[in-house]
Amino acid sequence: MPERIVVPFGPQHPVLPEPIHLDLVLEDETVVEAIPSIGYIHRGLERLIEKREFTEYVYVAERICGICSFMHALCYSQGIEEIMKIEVPDRARYLRTIWSECSRLHSHLLWLGLFADGMGFENLFMRSWQLRESVLDVLEDTTGGRVIQGTCKIGGVRRDIGAEKLAEMHRALDPFEEQCRNLGDVFLNDETVKYRLQDLGVISKDEAYALGAAGPTARGSGVAIDHRETGYAAYGDLGFKPVVETAGDCYARCAVRVKEVYASIDLIRRAISEMPEGPLDVKVKGAPDGEYFSRVEQPRGEVVHYLRGNGTKHLARARIRTSTLANIPPLVKMLPGAQLADVPVVVLSIDPCISCTER
Amino acid sequence: MSTMAFLKRSPWILHYDASSCNGCDIEVLACLTPLYDVERFGIINTGNPKHADILMITGGINELNRAVVRNLYEQMPEPKVVVAIGICAATGGIFRECYNIAGGVDKVIPVDVYVPGCAARPEMIIDGVVAALSILEEKRAKMTGAAQIKDDARHAAGEST
Repeated sequence: MPERIVVPFGPQHPVLPEPIHLDLVLEDETVVEAIPSIGYIHRGLERLIEKREFTEYVYVAERICGICSFMHALCYSQGIEEIMKIEVPDRARYLRTIWSECSRLHSHLLWLGLFADGMGFENLFMRSWQLRESVLDVLEDTTGGRVIQGTCKIGGVRRDIGAEKLAEMHRALDPFEEQCRNLGDVFLNDETVKYRLQDLGVISKDEAYALGAAGPTARGSGVAIDHRETGYAAYGDLGFKPVVETAGDCYARCAVRVKEVYASIDLIRRAISEMPEGPLDVKVKGAPDGEYFSRVEQPRGEVVHYLRGNGTKHLARARIRTSTLANIPPLVKMLPGAQLADVPVVVLSIDPCISCTER
Repeated sequence: MSTMAFLKRSPWILHYDASSCNGCDIEVLACLTPLYDVERFGIINTGNPKHADILMITGGINELNRAVVRNLYEQMPEPKVVVAIGICAATGGIFRECYNIAGGVDKVIPVDVYVPGCAARPEMIIDGVVAALSILEEKRAKMTGAAQIKDDARHAAGEST
């Protein structure tokens, strides 16, 4: 039996912009065990709720993660709205959907780029990020911020998108979709990419389900869960089918995200053409009294905000379970059997967002 | 030295995410990609602290990453410049009241340039790197100056004996 050695991976590692630490137990070049340890970005955001009023905490919620910032704010706001029985106006629900899907687009394109970088395909990395900039331009035009938007608030949204801008966005979607399809074609059909990704980091449907995988990690293994199906914001009106692949390897997880890019473009297109007129927000009076589990589908999977109010301006408890935390047990299952050189690709395939994980 | 002069404007950068929300980190990466593309000036994001001239840190300091930040800084060769990106790296920002945040990066290592913003915009980050370049040059001049003085003293001592 070959001798076992332990190779540390992270917290500072060239492939990951974020700090996670893995102890990789190797036999020759093959990983036999991976032991994760986290906590490098832990800030203590759940306790910060004691120091912020419930309306101000939206800003903190946005900064749980800078990539899916809008969706954290959305998840938190929906929770408070549910506790306080606030009916959000239709136009606000549609605008929230558009901004959510824009966030998903920029997050998936960001991930596709990092993933390409992880497998050593520099050119594809640059192409993905080039496309991502056009999504950020739309976000900046409509909200004022590139990565932190600040437009979601309790009771509605803070800004409107004018009819002219909506029409411009609608016109820009067709050429954008064509560019995305050209990019996706490389990820899905290029021989070298397939050779690198297929049969790597396999996790079966049962394992993924038992270990509580979320988002594209679960859907890549054939578990058809997507919280957009529950119909929050305007997803109920627009209708939505989750994207599912069955192979459970890195290629399948990549394919899910590529196809979700197309699905997001389609959702934005339909949301723009069905955009109702009306007010943007309702006035919020009083303070939340009660509890609620708010769930939203983020680019990385399901995020849960558990909120409990006691009738004062400060909530009694917030509990935030993010998708990467749910995806770490499946990751630990995927790594054994992989070669050391493939570890970055397998780690990236769950789209780790450590900032979310550690809050 | 003259053959190396053209490299003065092409520092290598080490990026570390202390405890940021990712917002500033993806903007640092956005600086490298086609829209802003600082790589055309030879500014390269390296993963190796021993190759780096400029340390870019996002986010504040907490108990676990304190040692990591210090370790990265100490591994970098002199002269080196630290750029703190975003308001969290400057003061802790919106997270400053969290129980696990000790404050800005300057609690652990000396910071030369503070880039404001939440999240810092790529233009501001590039501005910060440009400001860091002249500080790097000053530090280099000071080092070579000190080496020159030492050299002269050695020569003077050698001639007198």
